[in-house]
Amino acid sequence: MKIIVPIKQVPETSNVKMNPETGTMVREGVESIINPLDLYAIETAIKLKEKFGGKVTVISMGPEKALEAIKEAIAMGCDDGVLLSDRKFAGSDTWATSYVIANGIKGMGDFDLVICGERATDGDTAQVGPGIASFLDLPLSTFTSEILTLGDGRIRVKRLVEGGYEELEMTLPAALTVVKEISDPRLPTLRGKLKAKKMEIPVLGPQNIDVKEENLGLNGSPTRVVKIFTPKVTREGEKIFVKDEKTLNEAVDKIMDFLIKKEFI
Amino acid sequence: MGEVWTLAEYRHEKLSTVSFELLNRGKSLSQKLNVPLASVILGSNIKKEDVQELIERGADKVYVVDDKNFKNFLVEPYANVLMELLNEYKPDIFIAAATTTGRTLMPYVAVRIKTGLTADCTVLEIEEGTGNLLQTRPAIGGNILATIKTPNTRPQMATVRPHSMKPSLPDRNRKGEVIYKNYDESLFKAKSKYLRFIKDESQQVTVQDAKVIVAGGRGLGKEENFKIIGELAELLGGAVGASRDVVDRGWITYPHQIGLSGKTVSPALYIAAGISGAVQHIAGMQTSENIIAVNKDPDAQIFHLANLGIVGDLNEVLPLLIKRIKEYKAKEASKNVQ
Ligand SMILES: Cc1cc2nc3c(=O)[nH]c(=O)nc-3n(C[C@H](O)[C@H](O)[C@H](O)COP(=O)(O)OP(=O)(O)OC[C@H]3O[C@@H](n4cnc5c(N)ncnc54)[C@H](O)[C@@H]3O)c2cc1C
Ligand SMILES: Nc1ncnc2c1ncn2[C@@H]1O[C@H](COP(=O)(O)O)[C@@H](O)[C@H]1O
Repeated sequence: MKIIVPIKQVPETSNVKMNPETGTMVREGVESIINPLDLYAIETAIKLKEKFGGKVTVISMGPEKALEAIKEAIAMGCDDGVLLSDRKFAGSDTWATSYVIANGIKGMGDFDLVICGERATDGDTAQVGPGIASFLDLPLSTFTSEILTLGDGRIRVKRLVEGGYEELEMTLPAALTVVKEISDPRLPTLRGKLKAKKMEIPVLGPQNIDVKEENLGLNGSPTRVVKIFTPKVTREGEKIFVKDEKTLNEAVDKIMDFLIKKEFI
Repeated sequence: MGEVWTLAEYRHEKLSTVSFELLNRGKSLSQKLNVPLASVILGSNIKKEDVQELIERGADKVYVVDDKNFKNFLVEPYANVLMELLNEYKPDIFIAAATTTGRTLMPYVAVRIKTGLTADCTVLEIEEGTGNLLQTRPAIGGNILATIKTPNTRPQMATVRPHSMKPSLPDRNRKGEVIYKNYDESLFKAKSKYLRFIKDESQQVTVQDAKVIVAGGRGLGKEENFKIIGELAELLGGAVGASRDVVDRGWITYPHQIGLSGKTVSPALYIAAGISGAVQHIAGMQTSENIIAVNKDPDAQIFHLANLGIVGDLNEVLPLLIKRIKEYKAKEASKNVQ
């Protein structure tokens, strides 16, 4: 079983600060982490390897700094990694990102599964996983919540959809994007960290993979960001304190008025 | 200039209401561009009334592909057929709902035909002068909004958040054109097979589809208290949501989780009870139209988002609220009888 896991390094956004003047994110002092939703993909891949044998390779496109993310994934139990990094890749939208990663994967020989996170917490598009599958012409299960069976060149999965779950069967090689429900990510081990530290991670640019220059970076991206701004969350924000029977009744009156006025009841 | 297209979703042999929300959005775009508005419907055993309904709700044209292979959604055949349609009719704009289907199909197709796709938009407008589609979407957990366009390739594709617009209303006298298309068997070949659908009974109303969500957090104190949340949700015809904390505790299942590692929702009303409002939770619900928060900590983050904040014990507030809603409903019902 050869499994490829595309992972993205993202800013730790749990205490994101915005510059109110420019409407951009303050990046200084913000730590970089593996996209939290990619941890579920990594864990799923490692579990499959433990059960069926084989190898897990992580692949990331991003600046040199993303080597940290690859090393962390190796410390968790992945076998090796590849970084796709070059100035020409900068400014890629989801089309160009999927294109580069898909071609990076193509250059790695045969594989059985590509497992992506559901979405990255910065761009938040959930488009790169399906995009990679499309470029590689793979069957695809998005929002995968469980792997049911694997064998005889086939995989059966459960995916989370509106109102329930769907079961799909796909031939291998196949692509998955996974949701949190699928696994419980492990922490890096000390031994893993030592192994990762010593490992040389190949860094590939456009000259190392089969890509066309005109499809890269901003030039290769069909979309353009016109502007970025901070949303105005304007809420009147009336606050009522419940202290006793009387204020409790008043508070509930307020909710009732709100529900009736806005026609929720 | 090409037409404006919307994807009409046909699931379990039913037309979903997001299809009408898309028509409502599509209408303002097509009127501005002065081009026809069309819906594409891919399915099996598509009912004539459903096609007619799309016309009554705003479609000037409906492209119908009715094939037994389309009984259930599989991305490969859907993408193959959709690409044939897009290549033949060359619409200028193509929008779908940001449902599990739209979020799977649209990127698969956009990659193949090399065009731009903007995910999860909340606003779509036409740029003066160029006629380009301006697509606005939240990013970085809703901390910023970005406006994006696809200047050089067509169609301009976007997925749109369910409930970010009201469904268009039917006009029973509207007329339109219906175009039935058939495709060669080879386009329906897939390396995947649909096995079955397993209904999740706890998702009677799913959080993605719900107009109202009542969400509970750790402040509920114990699993049994989710009953209060469930009862309130039912009274309001809504769905039950949850913070990650309570999902991790096993008080409720993952499909109910709202937030960064759960679902992103924008209902008309979100009631948060016993939820502190951690950024990761807020990332999934801050675009809700109205927010009511009940929390006993006056400094809880969630109050910064709330239109109405109740600082109090949810064990007192919610049961009384439920009682009052029931009384109100009973009173209204008796009024109607008279
Ligand atoms: C990578 C990552 C992803 C995450 N993804 C998500 C996600 O998708 N969704 C999510 O929700 N979280 C997510 N989290 C977790 C998030 O940071 C918070 O830990 C979580 O949202 C807290 O849940 P809570 O509000 O229920 O609990 P708490 O933060 O413990 O808040 C409980 C609240 O209940 C109030 N309370 C207590 N008793 C009462 C009472 N009797 N009446 C009224 N109020 C009461 C308290 O004042 C408190 O404000 C994520 C975290 C990480 C690191
Ligand atoms: N630059 C990248 N390098 C590697 N994988 C990526 C990259 N961007 C996105 N992905 C993968 O695609 C998924 C969806 O990302 P996104 O479409 O950006 O929300 C992520 O969870 C990753 O698995």
